[in-house]
Amino acid sequence: MSRAMALLSREVALAWGRGGGPLVSVGFYAGVATLLPLATGPEPTRLSAIAPGAAWVALALSALLSLDRLFERDYEDGALDLMTLSPVPLELVCAIKCLGQWVATAAPLAMAAPLAAIALGAKPQLAPLVFACALMGGLAFSFVGGIGAALSLGARRGGLLTAVIVLPLFVPPVIFGGGALDAFTSGLPWRAGFALLAAYAAAAVALGPIAMAAACRNALS
Amino acid sequence: MIDVLDIDGVALRRGGRLLFSGLNLRLQAGEAAALVGRNGAGKTSLLRAVAGLVELEAGTIGFGALDPADARAEHIHLAGHQDGQKPARTAWEELAFWARWTGATEAAARQAATALDLTRLLDLEVRRLSAGQRRRLSLARLLASPRSLWLLDEPLSPLDADWRVRFGQIMAGHLAGGGMIIAAVHDPLPIPAKAVEIAAPEAGE
Repeated sequence: MSRAMALLSREVALAWGRGGGPLVSVGFYAGVATLLPLATGPEPTRLSAIAPGAAWVALALSALLSLDRLFERDYEDGALDLMTLSPVPLELVCAIKCLGQWVATAAPLAMAAPLAAIALGAKPQLAPLVFACALMGGLAFSFVGGIGAALSLGARRGGLLTAVIVLPLFVPPVIFGGGALDAFTSGLPWRAGFALLAAYAAAAVALGPIAMAAACRNALS
Repeated sequence: MIDVLDIDGVALRRGGRLLFSGLNLRLQAGEAAALVGRNGAGKTSLLRAVAGLVELEAGTIGFGALDPADARAEHIHLAGHQDGQKPARTAWEELAFWARWTGATEAAARQAATALDLTRLLDLEVRRLSAGQRRRLSLARLLASPRSLWLLDEPLSPLDADWRVRFGQIMAGHLAGGGMIIAAVHDPLPIPAKAVEIAAPEAGE
């Protein structure tokens, strides 16, 4: 257990250290959220209608940003070799790396998301749900994204490949989360959408590490 | 503790090319082997195969009574060209993390840092270390780890003459304690070791 904790704190420290990675993601997120009203026109009624969905899609895109380095650095510098030589199963190593990604990147994004939604004209009452969706969705994005990052190990321009692999897998959480936000805005029951988002995140956490470890072993051999 | 390593009739294939076949090597506790051969002969691949990272084309690698998975999880350390140490972290942060990862105590890590004369460098970021210092940091991790089989990929290359001698003493100490070493080398090892020639099979394969 102490190994797992040591790895988690190292992952978080590295994520913050890599040129302020999480802040770059938040900055990118703010940029996308600012571009949207410029493209759709600043009319408040139209803007507030798309605000929750826009904030949500921007979040999915921002989650992609730091994914490509999730395994690549450890793969290139040999750390992944050494991580296999330990009683900690590679599946758990992968899960911890994704968890670190979530703590370091998804958490700051989740704090920025309600602000962005409100700035775009969403009702303030929506803020807690945006935060919860961003946190839960971030978990799904990290673990599903980890699969893409592991599969693209060793490929040239792996970051782009990661995005192409991962974006289709982001469709369900984007639909579920967006649906919950939409329902909440129109006063409809929103719990089902959020529950589906949580279920998708749970499945990603449970199954993702198995796929990631298999992909890592394949890349190392 | 690994008592015996048995490499029996091993063949390795990388990228569709047969590197070597029919390789045999038996090491007892306290023995070392030096893998020699030209560049690309498969020395590193053999080390990685012992570490379980590369699949064998043929043959077996056994660790006596130990289950291979347990042997690799607890008793093997691989020190290669890529040392996995992050440039932005301090030498001590990296040494402490890897010591814990290999199951070493913090005291053992401090002791190893002293043995490799790194104490003054521990506060520096890894990126500020010279190639030789950085190698010494990864050797400190190796020395601290409570692992009996050392797989070394050209351990001497960035070290100066003085450190080659001192690392020779460290390796001798490891063997005297019942450890085992397999090293891929171009220069002779400063300790007695079985030489194992890694060479491509004759043409006509």
